[in-house]
Amino acid sequence: MSDLPLLSLVIWVPILGALLVLACNSDEKAPLARVLALVVSVVTFLLSLMLYTGFDVTTPEMQFVEKTAWIPAFNVFYHLGVDGISMPLIILTTFSTVLVVLAGWEVIKHKAALYMASFLIMMGFMNGVFAALDSILFYVFWEALLIPMFIVIGIWGGPRRVYATIKFFLYTFFGSVFMLVALIYMYIQSGSFSILDMHQLPLGAAAQTWIFLAFLIAFAVKVPMWPVHTWLPDAHVEAPTGGSVILAAIMLKLGTYGFLRFSLPITPDASAELAWFVITLSLIAIVYIGFVALAQSDMKKLVAYSSISHMGFVTLGFFIPFVIYENTGSMSGAAMGLEGAMVQMISHGFVSGAMFLCIGVLYDRMHSREISAYGGVASKMPWFAAFAVLFAMANAGLPGTSGFVGEFMVILAAFKANFWIAFLAASTLIIGAAYTLWMIKRVIFGEVTNEGVEKLEDLNKREFFILATLAIAVLVLGVWPAPLLEVMHPTVDNLIQQISSSKL
Amino acid sequence: MNFEMPNFVPAIPEIFVLSMACVILLLDLFVTDKGRILTFLLSLATLAIAAVLTITLHSGEAVYTFSGTYVADPMSDLLKVFIYLTTAGVMIYSRDYLLQRNLFKGEFYVLTLFAVLGMMIMVSAHSFLTIYLGLELLSLCLYAMVALNRDSEVSTEAAMKYFILGALASGLLLYGMSIIYGMTGSLDIAIVGEKVMEADHNNIVLTFGLVFIIIGLAFKLGAVPFHMWIPDVYHGAPTPVTLFIGTAPKIAAFAMVMRLLVEGLQGLHVQWQDMLIILAILSMAIGNIIAIAQGNIKRMLAYSTISHVGFILLGVMVGETYGYSAAMFYVIAYAIMGLGGFGMIILLSRKGFEADRIDDFKGLNDRSPWFAFMMMILMFSMAGVPPTLGFYAKLAVLEAVVNSGFVWVAIIAVIFSVVGAFYYLRVIKVMYFDKAEDDQPITATTDVKLVLSLNSLAVLALGIFPAGLMALCMTAL
Repeated sequence: MSDLPLLSLVIWVPILGALLVLACNSDEKAPLARVLALVVSVVTFLLSLMLYTGFDVTTPEMQFVEKTAWIPAFNVFYHLGVDGISMPLIILTTFSTVLVVLAGWEVIKHKAALYMASFLIMMGFMNGVFAALDSILFYVFWEALLIPMFIVIGIWGGPRRVYATIKFFLYTFFGSVFMLVALIYMYIQSGSFSILDMHQLPLGAAAQTWIFLAFLIAFAVKVPMWPVHTWLPDAHVEAPTGGSVILAAIMLKLGTYGFLRFSLPITPDASAELAWFVITLSLIAIVYIGFVALAQSDMKKLVAYSSISHMGFVTLGFFIPFVIYENTGSMSGAAMGLEGAMVQMISHGFVSGAMFLCIGVLYDRMHSREISAYGGVASKMPWFAAFAVLFAMANAGLPGTSGFVGEFMVILAAFKANFWIAFLAASTLIIGAAYTLWMIKRVIFGEVTNEGVEKLEDLNKREFFILATLAIAVLVLGVWPAPLLEVMHPTVDNLIQQISSSKL
Repeated sequence: MNFEMPNFVPAIPEIFVLSMACVILLLDLFVTDKGRILTFLLSLATLAIAAVLTITLHSGEAVYTFSGTYVADPMSDLLKVFIYLTTAGVMIYSRDYLLQRNLFKGEFYVLTLFAVLGMMIMVSAHSFLTIYLGLELLSLCLYAMVALNRDSEVSTEAAMKYFILGALASGLLLYGMSIIYGMTGSLDIAIVGEKVMEADHNNIVLTFGLVFIIIGLAFKLGAVPFHMWIPDVYHGAPTPVTLFIGTAPKIAAFAMVMRLLVEGLQGLHVQWQDMLIILAILSMAIGNIIAIAQGNIKRMLAYSTISHVGFILLGVMVGETYGYSAAMFYVIAYAIMGLGGFGMIILLSRKGFEADRIDDFKGLNDRSPWFAFMMMILMFSMAGVPPTLGFYAKLAVLEAVVNSGFVWVAIIAVIFSVVGAFYYLRVIKVMYFDKAEDDQPITATTDVKLVLSLNSLAVLALGIFPAGLMALCMTAL
């Protein structure tokens, strides 16, 4: 059982499966392509569950490690492994992809095989990013991921898709090349591209600052943090539903994952030094972008801005420990911030994915994302309304949903650090509730405003299944987050160990 | 005076190519237009046998002959094999194109073979004179080839421009060589190397000579500010000739840089390092920025070549073996990518339709998903996006640059490669996101389709498993 190369399987099964799906690249064979894509994604999901069942929660060590020489000339290895940070993200990826394949089932009629194959390839690459322990391998997956997303937004997107997709590509590409230079620099210092070796690499204060900034550009664009977030609303609005879901649920997590895997452990002193900077950016994202979300008239844009605001919580949680350490001299309570941020990552994956799927359900029927085009949907689509309200509550951080756990933990940690940081962070509970619930009020409740809404039909079985699955995930994580926290715990403790010991 | 018979063994591939070129020249007089396929096949066979000869004679160490003016070393063997490969690719891609345009003449093949001979001499030259000999043999063939379509005004204009500027550059190079000769008293690169090493690296006359040599090299490579001819020649020449100029001669020019700067003038490294940095940064900047404004894909690829040359120079600039092997890896990678890129233009063209505007690629994904995918691989590779060969080429050069302490240069280089990504993305954009203007089926012959697919898949496969080619480049130096 455990001698299966599980990580390689969750990377390569979807990619090879995608090639099979591509072989059905004609309109007559589209049904076959869909079934094939579903089978591949479900198989990968099941494989990734084996990662959970076989996971040893007592150790922060990398597990399921695979290591083979890849480019001996540069000492690059095909080196895979997961810990408590990356394993849940892999499961989130495979889970979301199954839903995305289902969500595109009847909706995507144009080049269905290519659509499905793109998402399968993306799943493989994303799993690769989370599993890679060699930084070149990481970088290859990280960049390669842009290619299928570029294609997905560009082919199946909305009217301004070309602008959005090129902006998306160039922004991310621009960010990551600095990371590449930083990685090469560290390779020259240590003679190894292994991420774990980089964690041990002693670096001076100046070098750490530069490396930290290089990583910050790469990850801040991906997260995205204010002020380099502007590609996200464009990409989200123009992307097809599946693309938005993967963008929000997984791709944004790549950036925050990067902070955990690279910035914090490799440059702990620079992180402590510049924590105020990242925290400021995070607070701006939380508060200012929250207000921006309030002003949106396009549902997808609203959720996109809400994503940026929620990701601000994640980055805040990552850097709060440094302030706690500075104020109290100990790291007690710091784990809360990091774990809260990580729960928020997973939870946001479910919730934002669900929100985009809900918008997709409406868009498929009415072909409009404008809030003003709706009104009184509840009376025509009661089941849909129930789900939409649940996800909106989760997005606003209502206790009992997954959205609450992460935000609450981060705010608690923030109180340990500084009252005003906590105060500003907590304001999201109000702003977030305001923009989400106001949108729900205008779209779902009230009188039926027009004929289009009058003709709406409620969820079909496929849509019901997708939303119900997500609803279960959101509620389970909300009331019983222990299994997730248990997995993360040793890794977080180890991470705190790493970031509290200076490299200088 | 004793006459000693030189050792001909290291030069057997050259002698073979020369003899075959003469045989084909004669034979071609006697074949009819229908039988000209024989010329084509014989030329391909010549390249194949030359490759076999080069590989069999490969000894793993440098063998000097002709009184030290000629050398066969691992680097020359490796570069020659890639010159044969890319030239064979050029011949296969262009056969149908030439047939359709009434250009399927013996001259094309004979000139190509002579050009190959010129490149082989450049690669293996070990004296200023032999370098110059090879360079002129190559250049004269290329001038004539650009004008191959003699009824085309654009082509003749391009050929004239190329000829005049090329002659000027050769003159400058020769002038530089003569100054160095005057200072060192030798044309033999090994002896020049020793003498220059002993001399003071601030020696004004040596530096003066170096400047002229760099100008000549920069012209032949197409580095800014000596790049003016590139866009016009690439645009004006018939696509198969563009394909040829854009690929194999870059490999030979790289060898020339290695022989002159690295083996001959290593003693002046501090001097030429600064010059190469300036040339490289300018090339990356101007090449990438101007490429954005191009509507003609041949011109766009011409400017993109200029930016790639910038990267190659960065690798050489480092001045250490790891830098040279990175640059060599880059130049080989570029030859493979360029071959595919220009080959794709030939694939889409047909009688009376050149397919040389970017708009001609519109909707390619609807017309032929397979070749749209192939072109996408090539474009991403040129942009340096993994998992393609182009990424590792950039990685290798950047590694060398950072290793030598020039982190700021590496940062400039990556910023311009982001700028460059934009115009490659535009090609992908028109292929995938736009509606086709042209719904004619792709008429290329099966051999072109097959080889082009292999070419593009090689870019992907070498991107997933780059270790072998990298190791080859490492061991060759």
